[in-house]
Amino acid sequence: MIQQISPIPTGMIETQTIEVSIGPQHPSTHGVFRMDAVLDGETVVGLKPVMGYLHRNHEQLAERMTWLASIPYTDRLDYFNSMTNNWALCLSVEKLAGIKVPERAEYIRVIVSELTRILNHSCVIGFMLQDLGAWGTPLLYAFREREKILDLFESLSGARMMCNYMRFGGVRVDMTDAMVAQAKDIVAKFPRFLDEFEQLLSNNEVLLARCQKVGILPKELAINASISGPMARASGVDYDIRKVDKYGVYGRFDFRVPLGEVGDVYDRYYIRVLEMRESIKILNQALRDLPAGAFVAPEVKLRNFKIPPGDGYGRVEAPKGELGFYLVSDEGGKMPYRYHCRPPSFINLTTLEDMCLGHKVADVVIILGSVDIVLGEVDR
Amino acid sequence: METIYQLIAGWFAGKPEWLPLAIAIAVPILFIVGVYPAIFAYTTLVERKALGRVQNRYGPNRVGRWGILQPLADGLKLLTKEDIVPRDADKFTHFLAPVIAVIPSVLLFAIVPIAPGLVPVNLNIGILFAFAISTASVLALFMGGWASRNKFSLLGAMRAVAQVVSYEVPMVLAAVAVVMAAGSLSTLDIVKAQTRGGLEIAGWFVFQPWGFVGFVLFAIGAMAESARTPFDIPEAESEIIAGYHTEYSGFKFALFQLGEYLAAIAMAGITVTMFLGGYLGPGIHIPYIGGFIAAFWFFLKLGCMILLNIWIRGTWPRVRVDQLMGFAWKVLLPMSILNIAVVGLWHFMGNKVLAWGVTAAILGLAFVILAKISAAGNIEKRTYRYAN
Repeated sequence: MIQQISPIPTGMIETQTIEVSIGPQHPSTHGVFRMDAVLDGETVVGLKPVMGYLHRNHEQLAERMTWLASIPYTDRLDYFNSMTNNWALCLSVEKLAGIKVPERAEYIRVIVSELTRILNHSCVIGFMLQDLGAWGTPLLYAFREREKILDLFESLSGARMMCNYMRFGGVRVDMTDAMVAQAKDIVAKFPRFLDEFEQLLSNNEVLLARCQKVGILPKELAINASISGPMARASGVDYDIRKVDKYGVYGRFDFRVPLGEVGDVYDRYYIRVLEMRESIKILNQALRDLPAGAFVAPEVKLRNFKIPPGDGYGRVEAPKGELGFYLVSDEGGKMPYRYHCRPPSFINLTTLEDMCLGHKVADVVIILGSVDIVLGEVDR
Repeated sequence: METIYQLIAGWFAGKPEWLPLAIAIAVPILFIVGVYPAIFAYTTLVERKALGRVQNRYGPNRVGRWGILQPLADGLKLLTKEDIVPRDADKFTHFLAPVIAVIPSVLLFAIVPIAPGLVPVNLNIGILFAFAISTASVLALFMGGWASRNKFSLLGAMRAVAQVVSYEVPMVLAAVAVVMAAGSLSTLDIVKAQTRGGLEIAGWFVFQPWGFVGFVLFAIGAMAESARTPFDIPEAESEIIAGYHTEYSGFKFALFQLGEYLAAIAMAGITVTMFLGGYLGPGIHIPYIGGFIAAFWFFLKLGCMILLNIWIRGTWPRVRVDQLMGFAWKVLLPMSILNIAVVGLWHFMGNKVLAWGVTAAILGLAFVILAKISAAGNIEKRTYRYAN
């Protein structure tokens, strides 16, 4: 409850800080996340993130089931981007088992992952603007585009968000010509939406005043804290796993990695806009070059799937950052001996206090929004 | 032009003297209590519809055709909801706050003229009365926030007090310019002053340079005073849940909403009266139906102001609390003080065409300088590089 404010001594006014628990039930903590904030008036002088309200035992569950059965569970990690989650697990298993993925499957994986990226980035900007108090307009604009992509995912995999689409050695179902045409249509129309979005937001005085020089994450801290994804690139860290690892067929595409200078909320916003434009470039190339052939490696037998003993770490550039799975297989090899997930949301969240101190309460929610978390992934 | 009392007294000649007086008191009260809450109810519907259109969706369309019964359904729902009072709340103050929130908003309508002579009370200090009353509404916000015994409510209440008190100042100063030009504090006289010199629409204050600046200042102040986006920080949903009315439910919450919307509508009405010529418009001098045409113009202008509010709400993010205060004291206040000086200049310059040009130049220059100063160091243009 409200702490007693001490009587005013003669000569000066003495005040006390108050401790406010923002969340777990709060409109803009993006789920059941809590921040224990210590406020001096409106200014934040202390902030402790409290996680674990959505812990679901993901890693332990995966160690008690076959390799294949874990794929649908990864959908529920970052429920906005099930495609990249699938890919991260499949990539790790393929590395461990030495499976070669056919060309067509690699291209389809790139297409769905980049679609996921533009879906995620546009919605994140929408959610951030919602936290800024823009009453849902940018969010619903973003959702209009998201619907189109989700429709494609639905016809592709049968589900809109929990796609469960990838398999070891390829993808579950082939992308038909009609779906390719649908994807081309989405990609052709998306730049117009981005232009409209930017016209509404990028030069808005209030947005600029609210976002610039707020929540600065210095480059050194970003590297030391193992920050990845758009957040690291907004702080000027040149680190994009699509470029570093060139996993899948990413080595073949021509795209650039935008980098920010300041590392504030505005940079994190604008880097996402620029990344969407680069994703469009990748999508155009991938849809143009999509080869014919098998969509799943025929030699992989998913029934009674076994992996020889060993360990491996596979990682992808998920929209939120580096998503990796560390897997250990032992004797028998029917299920993982150890299954560890490296969630980008959780690790990016660790610098929240450093970014928030000294700012106002109103800034805390937009800084959190710019970090881009999904609680399913933070708590696992 | 006659007031309601004189009109009614004419009809009831020969009857007891108290009868026309009683009617002249009862009719405006019934009008204010009956018509403006109805406008409030449909403002909420129009707002939801308009916001829906801004956001690529339909808005309410389930209750009645085009959702026209939606306000009734909302009201019924709020009436039948459980009224929750927090255990630690100051119960009496908690109960009193929503009631007090409505009263000043209703009182504001007393000085808003809707047709020639048709003003509930023709106060000779009308504008002063309006400011005195509208400031009182902050009391209710603080009572509500304090009595709820919730930290978010308290934060919201503190923000509300700071905001309303700050924006009162530029708003009053913007009104002072109008009062100087009209030479009266009475709202009826201010409307009449806008036809001076035989000008019809060109005589409205909003079409004079100082009047336009005053209009913008006053509209921003009114928006801030009634806590509308982008100045809705006392009840910023994404930051402090719902601010001072976090702990209110059911009809007490509805009363807060009623008070807030009525204040916004009343402020729009006062803005129309002071700057947009009130009820003035073509055809108001036609015998018999001229009064109705005047009322039509007034409500049309009122509707436009409300729609402007909704439009801004649908497209603008919220400012931060320190930026809000900085904007009031560093931008609006100097501008409104300069505006007062410019009105004086306008008054003493004989040639009005020349005066128009000179005052427009002064105010435009001041605006550019202020915008430069306030933007300096805050907003920068950025370019982004790409990794090799």
